Amino acid sequence: MSVKYTEDHEWISVDGDIATVGITGFALEQLGDLVFVEVPEPGRAVNKGDEAAVVESVKAASEVYTPVSGEVTDGNGAIADDPATVTGDPGGSGWFFKVKMSDAGELDELMDEGAYKAFVDGLD
Amino acid sequence: MSQDRSRDMSQGRTNVPVGGSQAPATQTISGSKGLEFAEPLIFEMSENGRTGVDLPDVSVGDERLGGMRRKDAVGLPGLSEPQVVRHYTRLSQKNYGIDSGFYPLGSCTMKHNPRVNEKAARMKGLGDLHPMQPVSSVQGALELIDTLAHWIKTLCGMPAVAMSPAAGAHGELCGMMAIKAAIEDRGEADTRTRVLVPESAHGTNPATAAACGFSVDSIPGDDRGRVDLEAFKAKLGDDVAGIMLTNPNTCGLFENDVIDIADAIHEAGGYFYCDGANFNAIVGRVRPGDLGIDCMHLNLHKTFSTPHGGGGPGAGPVVLSEALAPFAPVPYVVHDTNGYRLVEHQADSDAKPFGRLKGYHGQMGVFIRSLTFMLSHGADGLLQASTDAVLNANYLRAQLQDVMSVSFGGMCMHEVLFDDHFLKDTGVTTLDFAKAMIDEGFHPMTMYFPLVVHGALLMEPTESESKQTLDLYIQTLRGLNDRAQAGDADFFKEAPRLTPRRRLDETAAARKPVLRWTEPVEQAEAAE
Repeated sequence: MSVKYTEDHEWISVDGDIATVGITGFALEQLGDLVFVEVPEPGRAVNKGDEAAVVESVKAASEVYTPVSGEVTDGNGAIADDPATVTGDPGGSGWFFKVKMSDAGELDELMDEGAYKAFVDGLD
Repeated sequence: MSQDRSRDMSQGRTNVPVGGSQAPATQTISGSKGLEFAEPLIFEMSENGRTGVDLPDVSVGDERLGGMRRKDAVGLPGLSEPQVVRHYTRLSQKNYGIDSGFYPLGSCTMKHNPRVNEKAARMKGLGDLHPMQPVSSVQGALELIDTLAHWIKTLCGMPAVAMSPAAGAHGELCGMMAIKAAIEDRGEADTRTRVLVPESAHGTNPATAAACGFSVDSIPGDDRGRVDLEAFKAKLGDDVAGIMLTNPNTCGLFENDVIDIADAIHEAGGYFYCDGANFNAIVGRVRPGDLGIDCMHLNLHKTFSTPHGGGGPGAGPVVLSEALAPFAPVPYVVHDTNGYRLVEHQADSDAKPFGRLKGYHGQMGVFIRSLTFMLSHGADGLLQASTDAVLNANYLRAQLQDVMSVSFGGMCMHEVLFDDHFLKDTGVTTLDFAKAMIDEGFHPMTMYFPLVVHGALLMEPTESESKQTLDLYIQTLRGLNDRAQAGDADFFKEAPRLTPRRRLDETAAARKPVLRWTEPVEQAEAAE
C-alpha cells in the first residue's frame, strides 16, 4: 500500500477502493498547533479538489481538499474531539477522512514520497 | 548597531536595552513588574460582606412577591470604593491603543484620532441626537450625512453611496448584495453564481461572497505579489458574477493591472467589487471610479480616523457605479426645496433598492468624526495624509530591507510586507520576534497574514508617526535582528519578560477557553 501526496500537503493512502486522507507533517509544522478540526460526514459525495475538511491553528484557518473523487465513508471523530491527536501522529491516527474512490486513475496525478519531498524542499 | 546606541534609545522607557548585558530580574513577589500591575479579576479580590456604600436596611417584606424569596447569594463582588476605582483604572492602563504608542498593525490603519473630531461629536445637537427624532428636528444631522456622502462620492469619483453599512465586512455584504440584485434584475440569477477572489484577499471577501450564495473561485497571485492576470482571465465566463479585489492589496502593493481587470470582468458581464480597506494609500491621488470599479466600501474608521478595533464602532459606506446605484439600500437622504428627508422604504424609492441593511441611518458618531477629519484636512490635506502614509511605509521598507526580507520588490503603498526568510536558521519565529517587540514597548505588527508569504510580518505606520518614532522602531527591529542572527534564540523564546504574564499558552486558550469565572471552593465555603 503506497502513500501519495498533493501540492496542498495532503497524504492519501489506498486500500482496495478505499482511500484514507490526512495532512502531512510539513503542513502541520507550518500551521502550528491545531485548535479546531472539522471532518466530513459519511455519505457526502466529493469531487477531486473539493474542500472536505477544515483545520484551524493558532495562526490560520485552512481547508483540507480531497485528492480523489468519490463518497466519504468515514470522518475521524477522534481528531474533531481532540485536535491534538493530529499533532501526535499526522500520518497515522491523525487521519481526516476516508473516501470510496470512483476513479482510481486520479491517483496517477499525485506525487510519490520522493517527489513530495523534493517539492517541499523546493518551497524554501 | 552598537550596544551603547541601543541603550540610548530606551531612555525614559520601561524597556530592557537591546543587547544589554545585565539580565533583568524577571520574577517579583507580587507578580507585578514595576508599575505593570498583575491585576486580578474583580471577583478574585472580593471579600464577603465588604461594600463601598452604606445602604439602608430594606424594609420591604416578601408579600409583594407572593412569598418568593431569593435563597442564594447574588454573587456580586464585595469591594471598597477605592478598590473599585483602582481596579478599573489599572485595567484602563492595560488598554494599549494608538494614544499609547506606535501601533504598526498592518491592514488596520491605526492612525491618530484628532481631538477636534471628538469636540465635534460632542457638540450639543449632535451628541444628544436620537435616530427616532422627527426629521424636522434633525435637518442639520441629515445635512451632515449628505455632505459626507458628497465628499465620499467626490473622493471616489462615483455617482452614488450607501451610507448605512456599519463597518467594513458589512459594507462588503452591501456591495455584493447590490451586485446580486443587479444580476437578478438582468434575469441571470440562476446562471451567474461564481465570484472570483484573489488568494491574497481579506478573509472576509470569500466569506461575504459565500454568504450571498455565490461560489468562490480563488485566483492565484503572481511572483510580483499581484493578481495573476492571465490566470484571472482564464477563469472568466458567463457564470461569473464578479470579482472581489483589494486594492492596494494585502501585500501593500497597488494592483497595477486594475484597469485591465475591470475591462475584462465587464466584458464577461460581471461586476467589479473593490475592497477599500486600504484606501488610506490612495485618497486624493486615485479615484476608484476612474479604475472601472462598480462598488467599493470605505472603512471610515480607518481611513478617516475614528477610534476602532475594540475602541469604537466602525462605518462602512459603499460607493456604487451607475450600473449598481439603483440597487443601493434604503434608507438614504434626499433634499429638495423643502429641506432634507429620508427615503426609508423600498416602495418610496424611484430606484430598485435591494432592501435595508441596518436599523436607522448609519453610524452617526463615525460620520461626524470622519467629516470633521475631511473638513479639517481639506482636499490638499487628505492628499498629503495619504502621501505621508505611503512615504512612511517606504521609509520602513528602505531602512529595514538590508536586514529583513521584503517579500516583493519595488515600492510599496501604505504598508510593507516582510516574510520570515531573514530568520531562517536562527531558530526564531515570527511569533518569537513579535513577543520580543512587546518587551521593547512596541505593539507588534500583523503576523502570519497575508498567508501568501511565509511567516508574514505586515507593518502599516500610517501618516501619524513622526520620523523619530519610526527611527526608534527601525533601530529596535535592527537590534532584535542582530540578536537573532547572533544565535540568541533563547532570548526570543523567553520573551516577553517584562509583562505581568509571560508567554501565554495560545493553543490551550483556543482549545479550552475559560470564558467564565467560577468561584473557587474555599471562597464559596467562606461565604456561607
